[in-house]
Amino acid sequence: MTGTGALLQFTSIGKQFGGLSALSDVSLHIQRGEIYGLIGPNGAGKTTLFNVLTGLYQPSVGEFRFNGTRYQAGKPHVLAQAGIARTFQNIRLFANLTALENVMIGRHVRTRAGVFGALLRNRVTRNEEQAIAERARELLHYVGIDKPAQTLAKHLSYGEQRRLEIARALATDPLLLALDEPAAGMNATETESLKTLLQIIRSSGITVLLIEHDVKLIMGLCDRVAVLDYGRKIAEGVPERVRNDPAVIAAYLGGEDE
Amino acid sequence: MRNAPKNLTLWLLFAVLLLLPFITDALLGRGWVRIVDFAMLYIMLALGLNIVVGYAGLLDLGYIAFFAVGAYCYALAGSPHLAQAFPIAFPDGVHLSFWIVLPMAALLAGFFGVLLGAPTLRLRGDYLAIVTLGFGEIIRIFLNNLNAPINLTNGPQGISRIDPVSVANVSLNFTQKIFGIELPSVHLYFYLFLAFTALVVFVSQRLEKSRIGRAWMAIREDEIAASAMGINTRNLRLLAFAMGAMFGGASGALFAGFQGFISPESFSLMESIMVLCMVVLGGMGNIAGVILGGILLAILPEVLRHSVVPMQQALFGKVLVDPESLRMLLFGTALIVMMLYRPAGLLPSRVRRRELDTDEAVERV
Amino acid sequence: MEIFLQQIVNGLVQGSVYALVALGYTMVYGILGLINFAHGEVVMIGAMLALSSLTAMLGWGVPPLLAVLLSMVLAMLGCMVLGYSIERIAYRPLRHAPRLAPLITAIGVSIVLQNLAMMIWGREYHSFPQLIANNTHTVGGAIINDIQIIIFILALAIMAGLMVVVHRTRLGRAMRAVAEDQHAAQLMGVDINRVISITFMLGSAMAAIAGVMVSANYGLAHYYMGFLLGLKAFTAAVLGGIGNLRGAMLGGLLLGLIESLGAGYIGDITGGFLGSNYQDVFAFFVLITVLVFRPSGLLGERIAERA
Ligand SMILES: Nc1ncnc2c1ncn2[C@@H]1O[C@H](COP(=O)(O)OP(=O)(O)OP(=O)(O)O)[C@@H](O)[C@H]1O
Ligand SMILES: [Mg+2]
Repeated sequence: MTGTGALLQFTSIGKQFGGLSALSDVSLHIQRGEIYGLIGPNGAGKTTLFNVLTGLYQPSVGEFRFNGTRYQAGKPHVLAQAGIARTFQNIRLFANLTALENVMIGRHVRTRAGVFGALLRNRVTRNEEQAIAERARELLHYVGIDKPAQTLAKHLSYGEQRRLEIARALATDPLLLALDEPAAGMNATETESLKTLLQIIRSSGITVLLIEHDVKLIMGLCDRVAVLDYGRKIAEGVPERVRNDPAVIAAYLGGEDE
Repeated sequence: MRNAPKNLTLWLLFAVLLLLPFITDALLGRGWVRIVDFAMLYIMLALGLNIVVGYAGLLDLGYIAFFAVGAYCYALAGSPHLAQAFPIAFPDGVHLSFWIVLPMAALLAGFFGVLLGAPTLRLRGDYLAIVTLGFGEIIRIFLNNLNAPINLTNGPQGISRIDPVSVANVSLNFTQKIFGIELPSVHLYFYLFLAFTALVVFVSQRLEKSRIGRAWMAIREDEIAASAMGINTRNLRLLAFAMGAMFGGASGALFAGFQGFISPESFSLMESIMVLCMVVLGGMGNIAGVILGGILLAILPEVLRHSVVPMQQALFGKVLVDPESLRMLLFGTALIVMMLYRPAGLLPSRVRRRELDTDEAVERV
Repeated sequence: MEIFLQQIVNGLVQGSVYALVALGYTMVYGILGLINFAHGEVVMIGAMLALSSLTAMLGWGVPPLLAVLLSMVLAMLGCMVLGYSIERIAYRPLRHAPRLAPLITAIGVSIVLQNLAMMIWGREYHSFPQLIANNTHTVGGAIINDIQIIIFILALAIMAGLMVVVHRTRLGRAMRAVAEDQHAAQLMGVDINRVISITFMLGSAMAAIAGVMVSANYGLAHYYMGFLLGLKAFTAAVLGGIGNLRGAMLGGLLLGLIESLGAGYIGDITGGFLGSNYQDVFAFFVLITVLVFRPSGLLGERIAERA
């Protein structure tokens, strides 16, 4: 890991969809090694921020800096290479591939074999393949999937699928792990073990950016929290303070329609 | 211990394949080896398309264009034809060795694959299908019309008198005596094609179980997720198009040498569709399935060709309907029926198979 | 200038036929997400049915105008039955199958219909009886005949009618609901199978009319006429943005214009290098160019992939 200070720094990022401002003038910085929470009512722009961060959307204005490099409009695979890995709010696994293969694909960006390697299957390639499979098995175990590795991703339970997405993301050896509502649809026990998993991940040196609606999880886990509302950052700080911030309370009371 | 029976089957298979031309000669009569030769060309094509459609999930309806590129490549570089366009430079035409042209044909086709892949990178699913279809038609129309102002392709008449393939200075166009056994031309080409088919199967297998193959399948399953996992989807899509096209180009060169004559008619949209049918019907993404699909769809029309007339005579005492259309009618019906009964293909890929099993299991619960 | 006008006229007439056929492709695609590859053959069957019934009726001494109307109705009914059966036999059982399975059965149906037609009507070109005195008119130097005028106006009227059905009736609302979200539509009490069947029948009826139009315009009908026509119409549907009704109409008219202008001017553009036999290249080239810049067609919804 290079440098000190902020791992990720957003500077005045804005994103428009037609007339809609999904993000406006959002600046924030995430320190190495912290768990940073991102909360806000539905449609606040949290996922949009993830999509900008991972290069799926081009920001309309602004730029961000990750691990010392400036990006205005990143390409997804470049950002993955740089060390950003993510999960998706509505799970996007490779449904017809096995759990193991899903994680192995996560290793793609850290491995090299090309067409010639595939055809010759020389010693270097064989060793690499073996290492990929081994690491993938480890990661399945690490996130706590104990079904056979050959199970198709789509046949895993909901909670397992969320964990598999995390394993796949971890396989890219990220510096920053960005999780979009990982606890959605989980029951209390599953959420509790997810919390433990995230703590372990953080203690392994990976910075975590977490979108979550589960307030308890956010409060118990995050070092700092930012609140988005209608695309703007309306508060930031330690969880306790943010929770009592009048602007935040207003946003949730006014915005909640569930 | 478990390997012993498997090895035995492999050896048996090998022996049967070696004897196949003689077996067909004995059982079905002369003429069938030629059909088997064509079936193998189709298998190579289908395996090439399988890379694009089966692995990377890119629906290509113009695949035959690459076959055409390879075929014309050898037709021009191995026939008297170019003497017409450039009488001074090539008074006798061009007669390069097949073995020099083959890699060139593959590379040129691969280049065309990239040419098709590059502008279509942002296209998905059926939009891609129609563009590839258009690309195939464009190539065919050019082949049909590039006989003026300079006569490159000889238009609809096609190019004839293409040099036969020679192996170690032995022309495959004539009956040869090897180890005291008389091998007619179709037999010689059979062994040549068998070797190439084996090579194509080998390459497909290696690619499938590799980092590249997994990346293709990731793109097939979810392109967005694949890119977020660090896969350079642009390069890998282009690679899939290029690899598939190279298989097609190489098969095309083989085809030109084998037939000695080619014309745009052999590269119509219907042929692209036929190859796609082989891939899907056999079992997309599964090498054995694709081979089965290729064999079935290459042989079935011939079987029908030989049976519609006797069948009618047996039933009605005379030939009532045009045998050619009856044959195709039955063929079309067979396509429908097979697909209705085996929607995932005759031999679905391992994954699909498991998927079907489990779905049934879920339903039973 | 006269050539230009003439090509515009020809292009609009041909384009309106493309549009009618393209609507059939797009309606099915909008609802099922399926390329109904056999649609072109339905057009051909429509033309052939009309031809046969017309010849028969004229033989029985039915007055020409009545014969035309009756044979048109017959062709439409025949094609509706055909469209309905195609969906029931070849597509419905595969609704939850892998995506390419119905594409293969569609190809199978297409092969079957083509060869069935060849058995029934033979390989030869049939001349389509000319029933009205086909007067020609000169408009600003361009020549247009009565049949062309009728084709164009009838096509526009049918398209307008379809828009009314889709946007103003209960059936249309159901169709749009199914296209939007089958599952939700079912929960709201829409009978999905019925809606799909009706969609196929509507598309097939329009295909029958288009078939009659083409044959009347060129005076010919042939068992193979559906293939290229279907391909062009499908191209038109994609050009406009498949699944979008207005897109199909726009795409059809545009493709007709592009082709006819292309055929008229391609020689000039390329300095005589390419002749009018490159007409089809022109159409596909435009298609590819449009899709490169607008990957979902001209009016297609920009599916900004939500991640
Ligand atoms: N691709 C897109 N095209 C148009 N509008 C979009 C797109 N993606 C997001 N939006 C809009 O941007 C706004 C922010 O959406 P976003 O998904 O970022 O919200 P969110 O905070 O993740 O909400 P949730 O908690 O429901 O996931 C919403 O109004 C959404 O409709
Ligand atoms: Mg969200």
